[in-house]
Amino acid sequence: MSEALLALDNVRAVLHTRHQSQALLNGVSFSIAKGEALGLVGESGSGKSLTTRAITRMLDPAFEVSGSITFDGAPVLSMTPSELRSYRSMDIGMIFQDPRAHVNPVHTVGDFLTEELVRNRGLTRDEVEHRAVALLDEVGVRYPERRLTQYPHELSGGMLQRVMIASVLLAEPRLILADEPTTALDVTAQSDVMAILDEQRRARGLSLLFITHDLELAAACCDRLAVMYAGEIVEQGAHVYESPGHPYTIELLGARPSIDERLDRLPVLRYNRDIHEQLKAEA
Amino acid sequence: MTISMEKTVKTPAVAARQPGFLQKGYERLGLAGSAAALVLLFVSLSAAFAPLLAPYDPDFPDLLAALSGPTAEHPLGTDALGRDILSRLMWGARVTLAGPGLVILLSTVVGTVLALVAAWCGGRVDTVISWVLDILFAVPGIVFALISVAIWGPSLFTVVAGLAVAYIPYVARVVRGAGLRERNLPYVSAAWLQGQSGAGITFTQILPNVQGIVIAQAISSLGFAVIDLAAVSFLGLGVQPPTADLGLMVKSGFDSVLRGHPAEAIAAGVLIILIVWCVTVIGDRLTTAARSMR
Repeated sequence: MSEALLALDNVRAVLHTRHQSQALLNGVSFSIAKGEALGLVGESGSGKSLTTRAITRMLDPAFEVSGSITFDGAPVLSMTPSELRSYRSMDIGMIFQDPRAHVNPVHTVGDFLTEELVRNRGLTRDEVEHRAVALLDEVGVRYPERRLTQYPHELSGGMLQRVMIASVLLAEPRLILADEPTTALDVTAQSDVMAILDEQRRARGLSLLFITHDLELAAACCDRLAVMYAGEIVEQGAHVYESPGHPYTIELLGARPSIDERLDRLPVLRYNRDIHEQLKAEA
Repeated sequence: MTISMEKTVKTPAVAARQPGFLQKGYERLGLAGSAAALVLLFVSLSAAFAPLLAPYDPDFPDLLAALSGPTAEHPLGTDALGRDILSRLMWGARVTLAGPGLVILLSTVVGTVLALVAAWCGGRVDTVISWVLDILFAVPGIVFALISVAIWGPSLFTVVAGLAVAYIPYVARVVRGAGLRERNLPYVSAAWLQGQSGAGITFTQILPNVQGIVIAQAISSLGFAVIDLAAVSFLGLGVQPPTADLGLMVKSGFDSVLRGHPAEAIAAGVLIILIVWCVTVIGDRLTTAARSMR
């Protein structure tokens, strides 16, 4: 692998409440090279979204974050507010699970796409709109000119997620964080949106951190997988999907229902915190 | 006032495809609200065009016709100095609408800015702003008007300034609550992640989302401001005679009531009640509409 664009080393996020302290991220380490896609999978509550929040420094101030996060050699955790702002707006782009909640309902799609670039990068509105139209067309939005004057509620969820992808690409970041970008969409829209994201990312040579529950989807469009459990990465590598090594991953992959067999009961994961702690103690 | 202006707009030709201004207004205001808007529009227009429409000079004393009661020449009669009551109502309504309008405009702008800053910054800034608002809230508006008069002397503008300060918390408390709710919505963190500044997000992202609440609250407070300003004028501390003002007319008509000529006091009193009723109904409907849109 070439040099790492984003590197997390032993990142811990500890939540201090009045009565107790709990580490919700417990020593997360991984790196993403330039142009590489890493799939971060794991069950709900395993810390996937917290990891993206740590990377973007959007964690609640109640968290105490330690370890190191570097982006292209720059330490993210010690950035000044202005460095942080340019890091967030220029270097990373984030795609969210629920596009409808993440756009302001009172602004048109055109405003949403262009406002930030016009204000912070000194581009003219015409210029940005021109590029926005071209990009909307590339991500498969029909009648892109008309979309610019429409409001978010006039677009379907799949359409809006494409607009989100366009807005991220428009800002020309180097790393895309996609936090379950297809979970809120139906299956056909899912595959379309994923195909577009994958295609655009490869064409531009962007890095991607792709967070999902869907192991197959992650295996299909990512170079490497990292499996999270209880705030830790239990296993990562290029062949996790084909040849899992960790008991949790093996069980997780075994728990997927197959279309070819008929099952009365779906398998239940037996892996739990006790086994997890025991395994760690043995190692 | 904003709503009544919408009523003047002719339904555009596209009304069949998209709900027009009139239709939208009717949907939000309902029957009573629309009626109130029409009445308020009528009163505002008569007040605005008083110099053209008023049958007499409001300050011209026709002592021979004093306290005439309703006649063909003076439909509502004349006051103790023989001034035409209808003309004085039209001129008086200008002050009675413009004064509270100014109070609400000032207090809404200041209150909204304070509220959004408090909601965005949170922490100590929020605590201090909320304290100030609570203190303002605890003191009746009239007291601020009286303090202002005590310092700068009785006039319309000192009273307006005092009341404007007193009305800040009415808008600010509601907007702060709405702002706190908005700032925790995902679209705000998305904008933050895009690299927008706090001020930018507050005024371009959050403000448009709370504007319905701001307008509804402002119009609801307008009714109270009309009464407060009329009360201060009634006490003789606001608008100074001979300027026509509804509160002042109730006061000057008061003496004639005892002499058996209630026309001036009743006419001015009824007009105040009418204005307040219209404004309150419209404000009420807009508040309901703003809530149901959330």
